[in-house]
Amino acid sequence: MSAILEVKNLVKQYGDYTAVKGISFDIEQGEIFSLLGPNGAGKTTTISMLSTLYTPTSGEAAIGGHSITKEAMAVKQMIGVVPQDLALYEDLTARENLIFWGQMYGLSGKSLQSRVDEVLEQIGLTDKARNRVKTYSGGMKRRVNIGVGLLHKPQLLFMDEPTVGIDPQSRRAILDTVKDLNTQGMTVLYTTHYMEEAQELSDRVGIIDHGELIALGTQKELTQQVGETETLILHIGENDDADGFATSLNGVKDILEASAGEHEVSVIAHEAEDVLAAVVTKANERGIRIRSIDIREPNLEAVFLHLTGRALRD
Amino acid sequence: MKKLFLIGIKDLKLMFRDRAALVFMLLAPFLLTVGMGFVTGRFSGNSSGLSDIPVIIVNLDNEQLGDALADVFSSAELADLMEPSASSDAEEARRLIDDDQAAAAIIIPKGFTSSLIPAEGAVLDETYVQPEPVKIEVYANPSRPTGAGVIQAVVDEFISRIEEGRTSSITSLAQLMQAGYLNPQNAESEAQALFENIDESQPMAITLKSDKEGADAVEFDLLAYFAPGMALMFLMYTVSYGGRSILAERTQGTLPRLLTSPTSTGQFLGGKVLGVIFMGIAQVGILILASVLFFQVKWGDPLGILVLILAAVFAATGWGMVITAFAQSPGQVASVGSAVMLIFGILGGSFIDLDQLSPFVRTLSKITPNAWGLDGFTTLALGGTLRNLGEPIMALLVMGAVLFGVAVLLFSRKGIMQK
Repeated sequence: MSAILEVKNLVKQYGDYTAVKGISFDIEQGEIFSLLGPNGAGKTTTISMLSTLYTPTSGEAAIGGHSITKEAMAVKQMIGVVPQDLALYEDLTARENLIFWGQMYGLSGKSLQSRVDEVLEQIGLTDKARNRVKTYSGGMKRRVNIGVGLLHKPQLLFMDEPTVGIDPQSRRAILDTVKDLNTQGMTVLYTTHYMEEAQELSDRVGIIDHGELIALGTQKELTQQVGETETLILHIGENDDADGFATSLNGVKDILEASAGEHEVSVIAHEAEDVLAAVVTKANERGIRIRSIDIREPNLEAVFLHLTGRALRD
Repeated sequence: MKKLFLIGIKDLKLMFRDRAALVFMLLAPFLLTVGMGFVTGRFSGNSSGLSDIPVIIVNLDNEQLGDALADVFSSAELADLMEPSASSDAEEARRLIDDDQAAAAIIIPKGFTSSLIPAEGAVLDETYVQPEPVKIEVYANPSRPTGAGVIQAVVDEFISRIEEGRTSSITSLAQLMQAGYLNPQNAESEAQALFENIDESQPMAITLKSDKEGADAVEFDLLAYFAPGMALMFLMYTVSYGGRSILAERTQGTLPRLLTSPTSTGQFLGGKVLGVIFMGIAQVGILILASVLFFQVKWGDPLGILVLILAAVFAATGWGMVITAFAQSPGQVASVGSAVMLIFGILGGSFIDLDQLSPFVRTLSKITPNAWGLDGFTTLALGGTLRNLGEPIMALLVMGAVLFGVAVLLFSRKGIMQK
């Protein structure tokens, strides 16, 4: 397989603030690559640079061999973008929106009409195509938003947190659509702060935090970074001292690492059961009230926790 | 170019789906026009709305036709409309106009009558050559375009009557002589009689709306002043609405999306400008059509109207783009645009005839598309054609070009994607 996207030391600065700090990665043709990171990690800025919207401060990227800075028009022909926020004309119908955006991508005549019909079918809105977008539910709007990005059959589709703020049913439909598109051969760069989405969709994942790509690889490769470990999540009382509790756990036999979050403490160990008794005893000693306990097998959340000391949602 | 057009058409479509915008762009100016018509008595037919236009008459001819023209301005028919004063010094009259003491000076040169009516015995002289008619000068005050336009129309009508009578008289005499019905010896006295009666042959048809005589009377319908006045004022709302949509596309995310498609910033801005121009043309066009259909307003030369609309919309769009380039948000464009709409409406003569305002305000009004547009529409309503619109159209085009230059400079400095 060849790389459809090559990113080298991409930097974006706004005055003194550096939003993206020299990230590098490749995306192979036909894969789903996820950029996983919390809000404000630099995911949207990265996509904005790759889609030629913002000029990088330094570094370079090429899509299909075309430089994003020097051959922007060629790049734009190859990519489709599904922005995080809805970018539609709400007073136009879904069909009118798709026709307009198709025209912006150079489609016209019968090929435009048939492509619009196909996309409406794909996003399941053929019956409601003549209704104005403002009359749609949030999920339906999201589907039109995705449909616009598919009109010209892009080789590389950027999807920036497409499931934010929608109901579980619509979310499920969107994830299925992404998988369908990939099955049809479309390469997808998907950004999310939902670990489950990255796990379900991705061939490879890049974990981004504070503008830096802190880990990159397949899910297996990434989870191996934290070893064969399990994570014990202890949900504690609102007035309990999470930091002090986490500190007291570090050094306890078989506990690899303990860190504090908001009203919770995460404990990493090779076998959760081996440390459970010691953790409960320590909690009793410190007067910590444990409200519930989750045991998680190695996953991307654990990787993020391992790499940053914070949970993804922090 | 195709993308510009597609973006423009999309904006026009969106405008027609925005009920609030339609109320402001179409219903409000229409109702205000009707209201102004009622207030000024247009619908009761009692008032022209224009009155006491100061005019200086310099009659250096002092013969039949010169006196006849002077009499027209002091006739009972024009008593309410005109406020004539006489002067014997052409230079002094021009100076008074330059000092903004009147709307125009009519300088009837010496020999005006004799250049049209041959002297006794001259026609029978074989060497007689018909002289070129001496021309009357209308020295107009550019800061009082409406009043000056009305005065020019009255003079034009007078000249037209004289020319008509003169030509038909000469033709009639020639035909009578050729047919042998008129002895050449008697032709001279007949011709003299005919020419002398020209100014008495039929009543002057130069009146305002109340006049019902003659099909070719020069009529000035008051709604032909207020309707374009309101249309031009609300045109400023339309252009700020269009400008607002540029910033709205940024905030609603469609601009970034457009810029990730194979569409350049220039194409986007060009398309948006085209959209504003489409909206402006549609708005003014619909208002004109409505005023013609409902109130039979006579706007004048259709070609002149079309070109004037295009020029006025171009200039107004320039203002809209400058406001947009300065603004940080759609809300700012809306508030500044509304303020500019009202200020330009008042300053540009949409409510009050500019001739009634101070010289300073009249000078200031020249920065508004409203004043130049109204000047043009008034000229057309008074019977002018595209050829008479050189000054307002040029002014509007220059205004639009300069403002677009400023807007492009501002947009390129801060970048279309930046706040």
